[in-house]
Amino acid sequence: MTKKTNTYSASAEVGSIRQRRTRWERMWLNLKKAPPTAIFGMIVITFYAFVSIFAPLLAPFGEADSQFSAYLGFGDIHLLGTDQIGRDILSRLIYGARNTIGIALITTLVSFAIGMSLGLIAAINRSYIDQLLSRGVDVLMAIPSLIFALMLLSIFGASTISLICIMAVLDSTRVFRLTRAVSMNVVVMDYVEAATLRGEKIGWIMRREILPNILPPLVAEFGLRFCFVFLAIAALSFLGVGIQPPTADWGTMVRETANLIQFAKYDLMRAMVPLIPAACIALLTVSVNFVVDWFLHKTSGIRDEH
Amino acid sequence: MHPIFITVIQRILLGFVALFFVSLIIFSAIEFLPGDFGQAILGQRATPETVAAFRRELGLDQPAYVRYLDWAGGMIRGDFGQSFSGRNSSGMDRSRTVLDLLDQRLKNTLFLATITAVVAVPLSLFLGITAALYRNSLYDRVVNATTLTTISTPEFFVAYILILFFSSLWGIFPSLANVDPRDTLDVRFYKTILPALTLTLVIVAHMMRMTRAAIINLLASPYIEQARLKGISSSQVILRHALPNAWAPIATVIAFNLAYLVVGVVVVEVVFVYPGVGQLMVDAVRTRDIPVVQACAVIFAGTYIILNLIADVIGIVTNPRLLHPR
Repeated sequence: MTKKTNTYSASAEVGSIRQRRTRWERMWLNLKKAPPTAIFGMIVITFYAFVSIFAPLLAPFGEADSQFSAYLGFGDIHLLGTDQIGRDILSRLIYGARNTIGIALITTLVSFAIGMSLGLIAAINRSYIDQLLSRGVDVLMAIPSLIFALMLLSIFGASTISLICIMAVLDSTRVFRLTRAVSMNVVVMDYVEAATLRGEKIGWIMRREILPNILPPLVAEFGLRFCFVFLAIAALSFLGVGIQPPTADWGTMVRETANLIQFAKYDLMRAMVPLIPAACIALLTVSVNFVVDWFLHKTSGIRDEH
Repeated sequence: MHPIFITVIQRILLGFVALFFVSLIIFSAIEFLPGDFGQAILGQRATPETVAAFRRELGLDQPAYVRYLDWAGGMIRGDFGQSFSGRNSSGMDRSRTVLDLLDQRLKNTLFLATITAVVAVPLSLFLGITAALYRNSLYDRVVNATTLTTISTPEFFVAYILILFFSSLWGIFPSLANVDPRDTLDVRFYKTILPALTLTLVIVAHMMRMTRAAIINLLASPYIEQARLKGISSSQVILRHALPNAWAPIATVIAFNLAYLVVGVVVVEVVFVYPGVGQLMVDAVRTRDIPVVQACAVIFAGTYIILNLIADVIGIVTNPRLLHPR
């Protein structure tokens, strides 16, 4: 009597070595289950990233190349025409992706570096340093950040560096609050105390004990803060006190081409030109919001209903 | 004394402390200017005497705390100082007082903000509450998706789309909202419609989402469930059990968004060339006219703090748990 090989044996399955899925497999499985809005968002973000990274290769002309005649219409050479001093709008749009997103990304990173480290220190300390930082942040947050940024820009002058520093510091207050709030729950855990008793330094405790446990809300917050910073920088540039010419950026482009809109009756397509960079801004923020929504839904129940 | 009274007093005092620190920050703006800014403002040809006179006028020969007290005292009396612009190297002083610049513009901004608030607050409360009550319905989902898109777009995008359609294409409303003090009220309304509409769209999205979240949060609490299980009608649940607890979150939402309006007004005023405080501030930032910037910052920050204060006080006063202490 031969033993059938294809019989099912529960003990064999339990006894077999469980195949651990690799990180990539798990990620792929998660991605496959993502809702269409999140997939749409990820595609858009990837596209934007691609355009920003390869801007010099993709753009037909230079970003400050003003050798053409001004206000050319849509055509074969200049797909989207030229602006008021004869720069190719498509090229400026492509370079604008690089500058606008790049500056917003750097600002968000700096603000997270400041906000997260101070927030963790405040949560670990929980005495006078915490009080000092928290009250300081309260005062900073009592002024609306756009107004504060405008005031600081008038003092330090409008340049890209001061823009990044000012926005990063102002935005780090919100990161600080979140980091402090979520890590307060983690600091009191036994394993943190064990690490402290083991004699680990504060840097280790921050990085290895607390940080991994508070990461998901912070990653989601990164997306939201990025949107906020991105919109704020675009607004400041639009007001003419943000990113300065000749650097191409979307906020400034809207302002520079805005008067084309008055001629909508004669040439609707041309009148749409100022709306293109504005739409680029809107599309990116909507996409990031979609992805963040999905991410929050996955990692925890919080903000489920918002 | 009633415990609520004490809490309210505490909160108001805290608000004043915040105002004090904020004024300190705004005042110290002038401290960070480079030492030779007198020269920069008066021009290259200004003589040392003119520069020295200018510095004396600003009181830079006095210690900082004296100047702070002067400045803050002036603010309280409504004296915002002298603008930097309009001065030249010969020592001629054609500058105007900041108050003079602010006067009409402040009224204009208040006009715009009031129109927006009157339309936006009831509308968004209605949308938010209905969306929360008919949660996950088609209506809820449509409103939600629309508002998510609106809050993710910059104000100037909304503004230019409105200009494109209502002004350039159809020619119904003017794209320049250059209101004049001599305009009659209906002309003013007519000119203010597009900026007010832009602000309304932006703010309704925010306010509606926050209201919806607050109401959903509230309806999920155990005492509402208890009231439902008791078998009372759903209108009674809303009116007697939910509403008394809803005032605080709703007040917070309204105040937060009116405060947001303060910021939104800056961009919208610039788009529509509306002569308000926001535009004045942006112009002053471009020309680095610090006294004007400071005055505008004080106005905006003060409004923001006071609105938040009012919301907190309403929250405290209407809280049933504080009203009937054990």
